[in-house]
Amino acid sequence: MATDIPISTDPDTEVVTKRSKPTSRAMLIWRRLRSTPRFWVGGILLAFFVLFALFGNTINIYSPTDQDVFALNEGPSAQHWFGTNTIGQDIYAQTVVGLQKSLLIGIIAGPCASILAAIIGSTAGYFGGRVETIIVWFINLLLVLPSFFILVLMAPLLRQLSWTAIVVFLVLFGWMIMAQVVRNQTKAIKDRDFVRAARYMGVSTPKILSRHIIPNVASILIVDATLGVVSAILAETSLSYFNLGIQKPDVSIGTLLAEGSGAAATRPWLFVFPAGVLVLMLFAISLMADALRDAIDPTSGVNRD
Amino acid sequence: MGKYVLRRFINYFILAFIATVTAYITSSSFMDPASRYRGQNPPLSEDSIRSILNGHGTNPEVPILERTWHWLTNIFLHGDFGTTVHNSPVLQEILVRAGVSLKLLLIGSIIGAILGVILGVWGAVKQYKTSDQVVTYASYLIIATPTFVIGVILMIIATGFNNALGTTLIRFSGDYSANIDPGFVPWFTDQVSHMLLPTLALVLMGAATYSRYQRSVMLDVLASDFIRTARSKGRTRRTALVKHGVRVALIPMSTYFAYAFGTLVAGSSMLEVIFSWNGMGQFTINSILQSDINAAAGSVLFVAVLTLLASTLSEVLYAALDPRVRI
Repeated sequence: MATDIPISTDPDTEVVTKRSKPTSRAMLIWRRLRSTPRFWVGGILLAFFVLFALFGNTINIYSPTDQDVFALNEGPSAQHWFGTNTIGQDIYAQTVVGLQKSLLIGIIAGPCASILAAIIGSTAGYFGGRVETIIVWFINLLLVLPSFFILVLMAPLLRQLSWTAIVVFLVLFGWMIMAQVVRNQTKAIKDRDFVRAARYMGVSTPKILSRHIIPNVASILIVDATLGVVSAILAETSLSYFNLGIQKPDVSIGTLLAEGSGAAATRPWLFVFPAGVLVLMLFAISLMADALRDAIDPTSGVNRD
Repeated sequence: MGKYVLRRFINYFILAFIATVTAYITSSSFMDPASRYRGQNPPLSEDSIRSILNGHGTNPEVPILERTWHWLTNIFLHGDFGTTVHNSPVLQEILVRAGVSLKLLLIGSIIGAILGVILGVWGAVKQYKTSDQVVTYASYLIIATPTFVIGVILMIIATGFNNALGTTLIRFSGDYSANIDPGFVPWFTDQVSHMLLPTLALVLMGAATYSRYQRSVMLDVLASDFIRTARSKGRTRRTALVKHGVRVALIPMSTYFAYAFGTLVAGSSMLEVIFSWNGMGQFTINSILQSDINAAAGSVLFVAVLTLLASTLSEVLYAALDPRVRI
């Protein structure tokens, strides 16, 4: 499961090969990504939604807070592309603003949680002994104490703070499962020859962790970081659905769905458009994650006998 | 092995205890149980509010540590977990609702996990083939959909299905019907017709997530040396995968199984609320919304005990599958 591309053993070419290593690895990944349809489907969809979130409202004459008193509770039309709500607000404009907030929350919280998981998990697995006992104990305590419960309890506090507090909470309660997986994987590889060799050569522990241990669990970490974006956005939407997450006047896809889900049968545009945008965007991120995982994993091409 | 499991179990027991006490203390410091009575009409006097709160042991004027001590001694000396804001014993409420939640959780998570593992292994073996692509696209679509959106969509489909049939075959409100004929068959059909949608939602969510992780781990395993060794020893592709591959690929998954349980509990809590099931999830969310300290701490204890059992099970599985960690 070597993650590096083969380096020539010839001492004369070694320096050259090493210098070109980062580019060639990136090129390799890019070449694999290019040939994956999932990457293109996901990438184009995601690019569309990112552009939609950034510039969607520049072509819209209504702002998310404008009230069109001549169009209350109306379905999609030439004026209001996604329809309006009870007080005449433009659902299209609100969806764009909500998407910005939801995307931002996910993109910060997901990868941060995975980085935390990689650091804590590999440290626990590598050192073993007392360090591991304490970390595992702490992880278990956090897992036994349901994070959903804590988030709900903290809701009054979250209401006073801004959405960044929600990001912090999603990171603090989103790393434990992955840390356990990383810890167990670390334990399985820490006595392999390449790690032992590095240790005997006097490589410092942080470097062993970052160069040898973490790259070997990278494929599962990348899936986790990207799925983490998805699950952070999902957690935010669920909290907002119970009116415990993002609070007014802030708008997220979650608050829109909370308002729209009650009317899903009678006024479907209130629910269908925000839900559709959310689901398709998360779908796109997941597809890219999967393609990336296959491209990064140096062994993914082997299974072709 | 027995000693090892026992030690883990005691460890988790202490954790469950600390978690519950933490939950009691945090809810006592964040919740305002008096607010519930202040807005009432006709207004209650401060004295009667105080006496009601004293009766529940939730009077904020009493120091938190003293209340916690009182709550703990009641549990250990009398097995009394206090009363809810509706004056019913917390323990009794939990026992009634636990069955409802476990029915959904156990069936949903077991079917979901098995289906997820099968789909994940299948996807890894058939990497990039059409079947792998279909499973991949479908599971990402499900992962991308919030629980309550899945719930709403299933309800819309079921309504269409019921209308097409002309009878209410699938029910999506409550966990049982009030008036059913006596006997096993009517009871069983009623149970199935109520359980179908929430269980389906839980299975879909579980299978989609598990299959992603399982496929990822399985691909790593497929590329490893021992599969190549097994192949070069003359094993067929199938036996090399089944005898050597799947077992090893399940090792990191067994850790994941136990802890994905927490996510499942949160997911099934939402499903209970959406499908109006009278279970623990609904109880937990209501208790927090109603500032019901005793009930909230009781719900955390319930989840803590479940997690404790799931974690112990996972440790046993891990040790059984991976000889390297056997102690």
